[in-house]
Amino acid sequence: MSTTPRTSPEVCGMGHSMKRKEDPRFIRGQGNYVDDVSLPGMVHMDIVRSPYAHARIKKIDTAAALKVPGVAAVITGETLAQYKLHWMPTLMSDTQMVLPTEKVMYQAQEVAAVIATDRYAAADGVAAVEVEYEPLPVVVDPWKAIEPGAPVLRTDKPDKKDNRIFHWEAGDRAATDKAIREAAAVVKERIYIPRIHVASIETCGCVASFDKAQGKLTVWMTTQAPHAIRTVFALVAGHVGLSEEKIRIISPDIGGGFGGKVPVYPGYVIAVAASVVTGLPVKWIEDRMENLQADSFARDYHIDAELAADKDGRITALRIKTLADHGYADAAANPSKFPAGLFSICTGSYDLKHAFAEVDGVYTNKPPGGIAYRCSFRVTEAVHAIERMTDVLAQKLKTDPAEFRFRNFIPPEKFPYKSALGWEYDSGNYAGALKKAMDIIGYAELRKEQAEKRKRGELMGIGISSFTEIVGAGPSKQFDILGIKMFDSCELRVHPTGKAIARFGTKSQGQGHETTYAQIVAEELGIPAAHVQVEEGDTDTAPYGLGTYASRSTPTAGAAGAMAARKVRDKARKIAAHLLEVREEDLVWEPGKFSVKGAPQKSKTIQEIAFAAYTNHPQGMEAGLEATHYYDPPNLTFPFGSYVCVVDLDRGTGEVKIRRFVSVDDCGNIINPMIVQGQVHGGLTMGMAPALLEEISYDENGNVQGGSFMDYLLPTAVETPKWETAHTVTPSPHHPFGAKGVGESATVGAPPAIVNAVVDALSHLGVTHIDIPMTPEKVWRILKEKGVAE
Amino acid sequence: MIPPPFDYHSPKTLPEALELLGRLGEDAKILSGGQSLLPLLKLRLAQPAHLVDIGRIPGLDYINEEGGFLRIGALVRESALESSALVRSKYPILVDTASVVADPLVRNLATVCGNLAHGDPANDHPATMLALGAEVVLTGAKGSRTVPVAEFFTGLFATALRPTEVLSEIRIPVPPAGSGGAYVKLERKVGDFATAGAAAFLVSKGGTIERAGIGLTNLGPTPVKARDAEKALAGKRATEDAFAEAGRLAAAAASPSADRRGSVEYKREMARVLTVRALRLAARRAEGR
Amino acid sequence: MAKHAIKLTVNGAPREASVESRLLLVHLLREGFRLTGTHIGCDTTHCGACTVLLDGVPVKSCTVLAVQADGREVRTVEGLEKDGKLDPIQEGFMQEHGLQCGYCTPGMMMTGRALLDRSPAPSEDEIRHAISGNLCRCTGYVNIVKAVQHAAGKREGA
Repeated sequence: MSTTPRTSPEVCGMGHSMKRKEDPRFIRGQGNYVDDVSLPGMVHMDIVRSPYAHARIKKIDTAAALKVPGVAAVITGETLAQYKLHWMPTLMSDTQMVLPTEKVMYQAQEVAAVIATDRYAAADGVAAVEVEYEPLPVVVDPWKAIEPGAPVLRTDKPDKKDNRIFHWEAGDRAATDKAIREAAAVVKERIYIPRIHVASIETCGCVASFDKAQGKLTVWMTTQAPHAIRTVFALVAGHVGLSEEKIRIISPDIGGGFGGKVPVYPGYVIAVAASVVTGLPVKWIEDRMENLQADSFARDYHIDAELAADKDGRITALRIKTLADHGYADAAANPSKFPAGLFSICTGSYDLKHAFAEVDGVYTNKPPGGIAYRCSFRVTEAVHAIERMTDVLAQKLKTDPAEFRFRNFIPPEKFPYKSALGWEYDSGNYAGALKKAMDIIGYAELRKEQAEKRKRGELMGIGISSFTEIVGAGPSKQFDILGIKMFDSCELRVHPTGKAIARFGTKSQGQGHETTYAQIVAEELGIPAAHVQVEEGDTDTAPYGLGTYASRSTPTAGAAGAMAARKVRDKARKIAAHLLEVREEDLVWEPGKFSVKGAPQKSKTIQEIAFAAYTNHPQGMEAGLEATHYYDPPNLTFPFGSYVCVVDLDRGTGEVKIRRFVSVDDCGNIINPMIVQGQVHGGLTMGMAPALLEEISYDENGNVQGGSFMDYLLPTAVETPKWETAHTVTPSPHHPFGAKGVGESATVGAPPAIVNAVVDALSHLGVTHIDIPMTPEKVWRILKEKGVAE
Repeated sequence: MIPPPFDYHSPKTLPEALELLGRLGEDAKILSGGQSLLPLLKLRLAQPAHLVDIGRIPGLDYINEEGGFLRIGALVRESALESSALVRSKYPILVDTASVVADPLVRNLATVCGNLAHGDPANDHPATMLALGAEVVLTGAKGSRTVPVAEFFTGLFATALRPTEVLSEIRIPVPPAGSGGAYVKLERKVGDFATAGAAAFLVSKGGTIERAGIGLTNLGPTPVKARDAEKALAGKRATEDAFAEAGRLAAAAASPSADRRGSVEYKREMARVLTVRALRLAARRAEGR
Repeated sequence: MAKHAIKLTVNGAPREASVESRLLLVHLLREGFRLTGTHIGCDTTHCGACTVLLDGVPVKSCTVLAVQADGREVRTVEGLEKDGKLDPIQEGFMQEHGLQCGYCTPGMMMTGRALLDRSPAPSEDEIRHAISGNLCRCTGYVNIVKAVQHAAGKREGA
C-alpha cells in the first residue's frame, strides 16, 4: 500500500485496513434489514400487476379477493384517487402512477394492492383479484417511438403530442462538426448499452407504521437517501396531512443498493397509504420478479459515436448522439439539472479540443427509470462510448491501443484540466496507471503470445480501458435534487470520556461507512476508530444529507466528517490552551494530543480535553465538544484507472473466457485499503456481468425477457475471474483529505476493457465492435460470418 | 412467491404411497427432492390439491450394481450420485452429468429419478440415460414395469409414468470393457439449464466402435436420442471424421426452439459441436486415457 | 387445509410448530421462530440467501416445506457461534473482508461451513464451485474464497 498511515494501529486512522465494525452483527445473522422488522398487529401487502405492457383497465373486481381468509382490504387507483395520491412526481419533474385509474403503461405495473394478515393470505388475495383489460398498441422500440404517427403514450398529459421527453446537449456543435470534417481519420459506431438491473440480493420493501394518536408516520424502508425521501413524502402527501416533522424514515441495514434504492417506488407509497387508512403497520416486500420487472432499470442508451484524429494520430474531436429509452416516465435518479446525468464526461481521459454530445429522452411501454447501476449518473455509458471508440480509432490507425492511449492522455501537468465539455478535472496521472497495469499483466509478452496463437488459429484478445469518472455530486451551484442542494453532512459529538458518536446524512448499503467514517474521525482527532460510533439512516437523529449513491459518500459526507472533526479540534485547542495555560498559537497538534511548542512533555490528550469540555471548560465558553458540518464540495472528484483484460474465445461455442484481469485504480488518498480493494472486486464483477451476461429486453408485445434469476444472469463464483487489483495515489487537491471515491470505478471501467479484449481477439478479421452482453451466440455468429467457427 | 394451498401426505412405505396416489389420482403430485416442483408451485404454475412426499420412505436411496445393472433408487440425490465411489470409478459420464445439474445446493436435495420423472427436456440426466441405454422401473399398486428410457419421454413434460406410479429405480447396463461415456453441457452460467447438451457413450473393441449411444439435452420437445448418429458410428474407427459425421447427424436430429439461450440455428450448431466434444471425451475414456 | 404438528431441532434446541402444508421452511425460521439471519433473495431457487443446513447438508430453505423438516435438524447462521466463540467460518469472513452488505453472508457461511465439514482443505476451484449456488452482488467472491480458506487454515491449526 502506498500511503503510510499517520496514526497508530490502536487509533486506526486513514490508511489502516481496519476490520469492519459492522461485521460482528452480520456474521451472527443479527443484521436488521427491512424484512426483519416486525411490529405488533402488522399486516402484509402484496401487489396485483399487469400482464399487459399497455392496456386500458376496464374493471377491477375485488369481491373474490375480499372473501379470501385473512384479506382485509384491496387498494386500487380509485382508492388513492380519493386522496389525490394515485400519481406522484418523479425526481426529474415528470409524473408516474402510484396505482392506475385508467391504463397501465408497462408489463408488471402495479394495478392493485391486497392487505392481509400474513403474506400467504396476501398472495392468495392477489391471485383472486380479477382485472379486465383492453389491450392498447404497444411501443417498445424507442426508434419507433419517435417516428411521426407513433401512438402517443402519455395521454394523461393533454398537451403532449409525441413521445419525446427531453433534449439535452453539451459542447460546441459547429466547431466539432468542422473538426470532424477536417480530420485525417474518423471512425463511427452505433453502440447499444442495454437495459440492466442492479439486482441487489435484498429486494425493495418497507414497513410503514402510522401512529394515529401522535399523527406520526414511521417508515422502515430500503432507501439509499432517507432524508430526501422524507422531504418527498412531505411534498407528495402534505395535502393529506403528513407534515415533515411527523415523518420518520429509517433506513436500517440495506442488502445492497447500487442505485436501485434511490427512487420512490409505488409500493412504498401504497404501503404508507394503507397504513394511514387502516391504522395498522403495513409490510411490503417485493419478490425478485417484481424487483427485476418493475423497479428502475439502468442504461438503455443507443449511442452513435464518432471520434476523429489528425495525421499524427492525435484525437481531435468527439461527436455523440444518443437516444435514451426511459420507459413510460422519466423517473431517472439524476441531479435535477442533468437529464442525461454526467454523460458529458464522455471525452474521457483524453486531451481533445472539440466535443459535442446530445441526448434525447423518449417514452416507451417499459418500466420507468433510469437509475445508475453502481455508477455515477450515466458515467458508465459515457466511458463505454469513449473507451470503445478509442480502440476503434486505434484499430483504424493500425496503432497499438496502449500506445494510442499514451499519445492522447491528458498529461499530469495539465491538471486541473478543463475538458471540452466543461468539466474541470481535479487531478490525474493516466499514463502512470496504464503503465502499472501493463507491467503487472505483462503486456508485451501477451502480444507475442497472441501473435503466435493467431498463426495457429486460436483466438485470444487483450483489452484496455483507461477510464475517468466524475463523482461526488456535488457543488451547490449546479447540483440539486428537486431544489435540495447536494451537500452532505456530519454531526460529531465527543463524549466526556473521550469517545465519540458521529452521524451522517448518507446511508451505507455495504460500503462500510461505520468503519471508514470512524477512521476519518480517528485521523482528524486521534480518537481510536474503535471508539467512534457511526450512525446513519434515521432521519430523526441524523443530520440532513442527500444519501449514498454516485460514489458521493467519501467526497461529500466523508469530507463533512473531516470538517466537523476539525471544528471540534479548533475548540479542543482552546480548551488545551486553557488547561496548559499557554496561548493557542503555542500549541502543536499531532493526532490525539496538543503539546506545547518546545516543551513536548507538556501536553493534553484529546481524551483529557474532552473530559475538560464537560468538567472544566474555560469561563465564557460553551460546554461540550461537538460540531456539525454541511459540506458543499467546491468541485466534483475525478477518480480514474486503467484495466487490462485477457480473453480466450471458444471457437466452437462462442464462449468468452476471461483469463486474467488486472485493475489499477486511483481514488486519491485511501481511507481503508481493505475496503477499497473490496469495492473494486465487487465493482469489477458488476462490470463483467453486463459485459457478458445480464440484459433485460422486451418482445414486440412488451413482454419482459429476463425478468427472473432464471434468465437475468448474475455471475456466480465460477464465472467470476480472480481479480488482480492494484492502485496508484493521486490525491484530489480540493477534497479535505485528498480522497475521490471508489465504489463505482470498477463497474464503469470494466465493461469496455472486456469488450475491447473480445474485439481485439477478432480485430484481424475486421471486427470493430460488439454490443454487450457478448453472449456466446453473439460471438459465435461473428465467428461463423468470418469463417473461423469450429 | 407463495405456493397455493395444498394437502401434504408423507407415507412411510412405498405401498402406502402407492395407495395414496391411487386414491388421489390426478389431484396429487409426488414430492421427492422438490427442487423442480416447489419452484413451480411458488410461481403457481402448478396447483395440485395434494403432495405425496416420498422422501421419508426408507430404503430408496441405494446406488449399487446388481444383475448386470447399476441401480439408482428413487431417493438418490444428485450430490450422492456425484460423490459415490462406485460411480466415480466406473461411470464418469454420470459424474459429468450430476455435477452440472442446477447448482450444488439444489443437488443436495434434487433426485436423479426426479430429474427423469419431471419430463423436462432441459434436464441433464435424460440425455445421459438415453446414451447409456438405461431403463426405468415404474412401480404402481399392482406391481412394477420396466420401460426403456428411449420410450419413457412421450412429449413436452409428458412421460410414460402414470399418476398412480412412482419412478422407483433407474437401471443402467454395467458398461462393458472398452466402453466410455461423457456428457458435455453448454450453459450460460452455473445453475442454468443447458443451452444445449450432449451425452455420448461408446463401446469399442480393437479401436472399432461396436455400439454408440448419443442423447441430447434441451434440443427438442423431448430429450433427443440421436439414432442416425449412433448408427453411423457403429463399425467405424473412432476418428475425427467419424465424430464430425456423427455431430452433423446429431444436429439433424435436433429440433430446438429459440429462447434467451439461443436461436434455433445456434442451438442446432451447438448440438453438433457438443456431440463431437462428448464423443472425443468418451473415446478417450473408452481407451482408458 | 389441515395443519401439521411438527417437531424439529433448530440450532441444537428442540422446537415445535403447527404449520400449514405449504409453509416454506424459510418462513417458519424467519417468522415462526424469529431467526431472521436466514434471508430471502429470489423466488426461483437461484440466490442461496436462504441457505441453512438440513441434517448437516446445505439446502435452500425457500425450496423446502417446513413440514419436510419434521423430525430433522436445522442449523442456521444463529447456530454457528458456540458458547460465545465464533465459528472459524465467521472469523474468516470478518478477517478477509468476505462480506459487504451482509445479506448473502449467512447463506454463504452455511455453505462454506458445510464444505469444510466435508472437505477440510478445499482448493480455490473447489470453493468456487461449492459456493456457486450462492449469489453475492457486492464482493466479487475473491474475499469470500479467502474467507473460506482462512477458516480452513484455522481449522487445521486448531
